[in-house]
Amino acid sequence: MSLSVNIIKRLPGFTLNVSFTAEAGVTALLGASGSGKSMTLRCIAGVEKPDEGRISLDGRVLFDAGKGIDLPPQARKVGYLFQRYALFPNMTVLQNIDAGLSLEKDARVRKHKRESLISRFHLDGLEGRYPRELSGGQMQRVALCRMLAGEPEAILLDEPFAALDSHLRWQLEREVRQTLSEFPGVALLVSHDRGEVYRMSGRVCVLNAGTSEPLSATQELFERPRTLQAALISGCKNCASAELLGSGRVRVPDWNVTLACEETPARATHVGVRAHYILPCGPGEENAVLCRVEDVTEDVFTRVLTLRPAGAAATIRSELGKDAGGALQIGEERCFRLPRADVMLLSETHEG
Amino acid sequence: MQEILDILKTLDYSPLWISLKTGLVATVLCFFLGVWTARSVMHMGKRAKAFVDGLLTLPMVLPPTVAGFFLLLIFSLRRPIGTFLYQELSIKVVQTWLGCILAASVIAFPLMYRNARAAFEQVDIELIYAGRTLGMSERRIFWRVVLPSAGPGVVSGTILTFARALGEYGATSMLAGNIAGKTGTISQRIAMVIQNGDYLTAGLWVAIILIISFGIVVLMNLFADAKLKNVKKW
Repeated sequence: MSLSVNIIKRLPGFTLNVSFTAEAGVTALLGASGSGKSMTLRCIAGVEKPDEGRISLDGRVLFDAGKGIDLPPQARKVGYLFQRYALFPNMTVLQNIDAGLSLEKDARVRKHKRESLISRFHLDGLEGRYPRELSGGQMQRVALCRMLAGEPEAILLDEPFAALDSHLRWQLEREVRQTLSEFPGVALLVSHDRGEVYRMSGRVCVLNAGTSEPLSATQELFERPRTLQAALISGCKNCASAELLGSGRVRVPDWNVTLACEETPARATHVGVRAHYILPCGPGEENAVLCRVEDVTEDVFTRVLTLRPAGAAATIRSELGKDAGGALQIGEERCFRLPRADVMLLSETHEG
Repeated sequence: MQEILDILKTLDYSPLWISLKTGLVATVLCFFLGVWTARSVMHMGKRAKAFVDGLLTLPMVLPPTVAGFFLLLIFSLRRPIGTFLYQELSIKVVQTWLGCILAASVIAFPLMYRNARAAFEQVDIELIYAGRTLGMSERRIFWRVVLPSAGPGVVSGTILTFARALGEYGATSMLAGNIAGKTGTISQRIAMVIQNGDYLTAGLWVAIILIISFGIVVLMNLFADAKLKNVKKW
């Protein structure tokens, strides 16, 4: 089971150029808003038409610009979970689920499927309700149920939790994770929330202004991002351009420092250091940088420091636990360590 | 008062029935035609849309007599199409009830078409996408998803169409004429009795059509308000 996508779509002022192959399991498309994530899903579902390229699902060609193949969405067997669920407001829960069984012609089979779906998604007793009479969680269950009713071979989830409050979000995310773990086919999750992507997906494809980067294991993207874009999207707060000095040393002009690092890939153009790895230290330690504390901001569970190394053009951000580092005053000069193992070397783009 | 009751007792009510029947048939015609046209025009390119939309809206902005002129040009028995229809298919439009229906339909059609199109364009496109990915046929999506979502707009279009068809005068008088019991509608009867100086009968007919039309519009407003619960006042 695999979904292979290789498409180009030109829009005014924006070109989508996406290429990846997703295997069974959850693959995330991670990117800022406007990076083309939803458009990619729409092209796969067949409600938008790419200008060039090919989409195939398990050997079945869904779209091929060269051969003039463009299966209608009805024939693709691709399920779509919309951001606001897109339940039909004029239909009851039962009728919404029935809409998902449109391709099942045998009334007896349909009835059987419908009943087992309703109990699987705990919708008993809600059959006669209209979408407006449902809670957010119930709406999501109906949408999931309706999408899976047609037994799709791949499912697409478009920011399924974007519109929810954080406490409800966790609960619904668990339910969706549960549903996804039982789904045998390819699942694509579109999100701009890296936490969601980390918790829910096994593999991830970063989308940057319409262009996709090669797929990587989700864990790896967060622990060892290879590109500047991947580092930024995975939440790295400190990125700056760098010059390789060889023998595990790198010069960062913006921070006015030279750092020791583990590896120096030849194509690296930037370094990145995650804010929560930067801690106060004694002078003389490896990668200790003397900084002036420019700002201290209390966040919910952390203290965010804005640090300026001596003579540096840019600042560095550090996030400490509430108790770490003791009393820190604005204007104070302290040494901070950018641990050697946490200095990530990044390249501008991916191609070899 | 007694005078009014006497007139009401002896009044020839045929204009009322002819107007109602004409309005009803024209509305049904306009409904299907308007919905279909709205759907087709929606999918046209920008320029074709502007052109076709303009053409279809013309009957609403031109004097009805202009529509009557064109209808006569087509259906007059002295013209090729009219002759063909009469001789080959025995269909006569001029001076018949069919003419009433045709004239009323042409004049009222833009109201149906424009309201339906405006309503369709408001439908959340994700609902249509959802229908497609769920395997619903385009026809089913239209009747089960689009039309119900566009409901209030389509209903108010339908009611306005009926009200307009009910009162049509200009094109009807040219195409169908005013034959008592056959093509004599309320609006034509009002003009006729006024010409004879019978203001009392004219006033009665005015009252009848006022009550019907006002009732229709009030009903429509009530219906639209009930459907638009979520719209905020400003």
